Amino acid sequence: MSHRELDDMLGKGWRKPPFIANPKLRWALLAGFVAYLIAAFLTIEVDWARVYAGLDRGWQFVLSFTRPDFVSRASDIWEGLLESIVMTVAASVVGIAISIPIGLGAARNIAPMPVYLVCRGIVAVSRALQEIIVAILLVAIFGFGPLAGFLTLSFATIGFLSKLLAEDIESMDRVQAEAVKASGARWMQYINYGVQPQILPRLVGLSMYRIDINFRESAILGLVGAGGIGATLNTAFDRYEYDTAAAILILIIVIVMGLEYLSGVIRARVQ
Amino acid sequence: MLRLQKLTKTYKTGDQALKAIDLEVPAGQVLALIGPSGAGKSTMIRCINRLVEPTTGEVLLGDTDLAKLGTSALRKARRSMGMIFQEYALVERLTVMENVLSGRLGYVGFWRSFLRRFPQSDVDEAFRLLDRVGLLHMADKRADELSGGQRQRVGICRALIQNPKLLLVDEPTASLDPKTSRQIMRLITELCQERGLAAIINIHDVALAQMFVPRIVGLRFGEIVFDGPPTGLTSDKLTEIYGEEDWEATIEKVEDDEDIEAAE
Repeated sequence: MSHRELDDMLGKGWRKPPFIANPKLRWALLAGFVAYLIAAFLTIEVDWARVYAGLDRGWQFVLSFTRPDFVSRASDIWEGLLESIVMTVAASVVGIAISIPIGLGAARNIAPMPVYLVCRGIVAVSRALQEIIVAILLVAIFGFGPLAGFLTLSFATIGFLSKLLAEDIESMDRVQAEAVKASGARWMQYINYGVQPQILPRLVGLSMYRIDINFRESAILGLVGAGGIGATLNTAFDRYEYDTAAAILILIIVIVMGLEYLSGVIRARVQ
Repeated sequence: MLRLQKLTKTYKTGDQALKAIDLEVPAGQVLALIGPSGAGKSTMIRCINRLVEPTTGEVLLGDTDLAKLGTSALRKARRSMGMIFQEYALVERLTVMENVLSGRLGYVGFWRSFLRRFPQSDVDEAFRLLDRVGLLHMADKRADELSGGQRQRVGICRALIQNPKLLLVDEPTASLDPKTSRQIMRLITELCQERGLAAIINIHDVALAQMFVPRIVGLRFGEIVFDGPPTGLTSDKLTEIYGEEDWEATIEKVEDDEDIEAAE
């Protein structure tokens, strides 16, 4: 665009330039998207008779929340819950401990290229494999029980925490760390004085969040036989004991909310 | 004591930040490096302690060529060069004391520093330095609770506790008000005199440099275009360094101190 005279522009009004400059292309894309959306919805088949029949069962399930049964399967629930908590704590501690070095290695600004590629590779593998798939594999290897669940959660924690930790390190204030390096610090001292203080609040926050996720996941992993409260929940559903299932779900919700509250308190402390 | 020989830095982008710089700084001399933004002042200072790797040339500190040192030898050499930063570069979530003591990291082992168990002599020296800059009562405050001037004082303590022979000072006053700027410049030059330190001070404020520093080096497009006493900085010279502008006001400022505070 050539030079524009002020006089031509005064009184003309102003609009933000559109993201896609060509108006034909812009409207074609929009129309295409709407058409696709409509077509996509039309392909979803709904068997209304089945829905009608199912509504009743769904309603029973919802109603059961008004009379949750903590008592008749109390020992099963307690056992499952305990197993879930043990899995969560163990997997979180191990996973976080492994994530920290991998996170350091996966940060481009402090790791040399080969280390970076290896660590990013580990992160990518861990993130690409969904928990359930890993759990099924590990159950096949180690048999039913919490060991498979513990390993699954540790593995998933690595992908999650290393990636976010590395990204936090990459966006840290370089000069603060540089100042430590300029004093002649060793690499470990550089990390301890220059990097760690900058990322600690985020590390603590992410860890708390991951503990929260691990607990919720532990409830799912039981469905594929990897131990924990999920197994108890699954049994309850199989037996149509919705009251017991409701009791378990309520417990899970309470614990997750408790963890959420706790993480808020801790994060406020370390800021 | 410090000698740069044909020091060149070419960035990956192809920009030549330094073009064969030759410079000699005798022991105990304080030198101000002036020049427009992008002239290569920061690059030059960082090439000396190799926070930036020089492309070619020699950086001789005493008899050792810093540009050729391996990792471990470089680490040892860095102990004798204290650095003071623009925007202070304190680690904000550490305490004032931890920041000062981090200047000793080159001398103590990892576990000692990790457990914050520094030798008593280091702790005493840290207290002495904080007292010298008037911040002893702030020792256990977190660095981000301090004002700009206070932070820069802590930065000075951190550089001095290294027991350096040379101070590399990068825009020490860039984010400070005029009065604090002068106090900081005065403090740096006084401390250099007390301890017989050589210093290279990068500075934007020509008047401030003229006020405190006996030797001024002007850098333009990565080349030294002026090297002499503050009185040698005439209108012509400033034009050569910075480009065409009316310099009379800047030069006058040197004679009339109070005007600077008023004008800025």
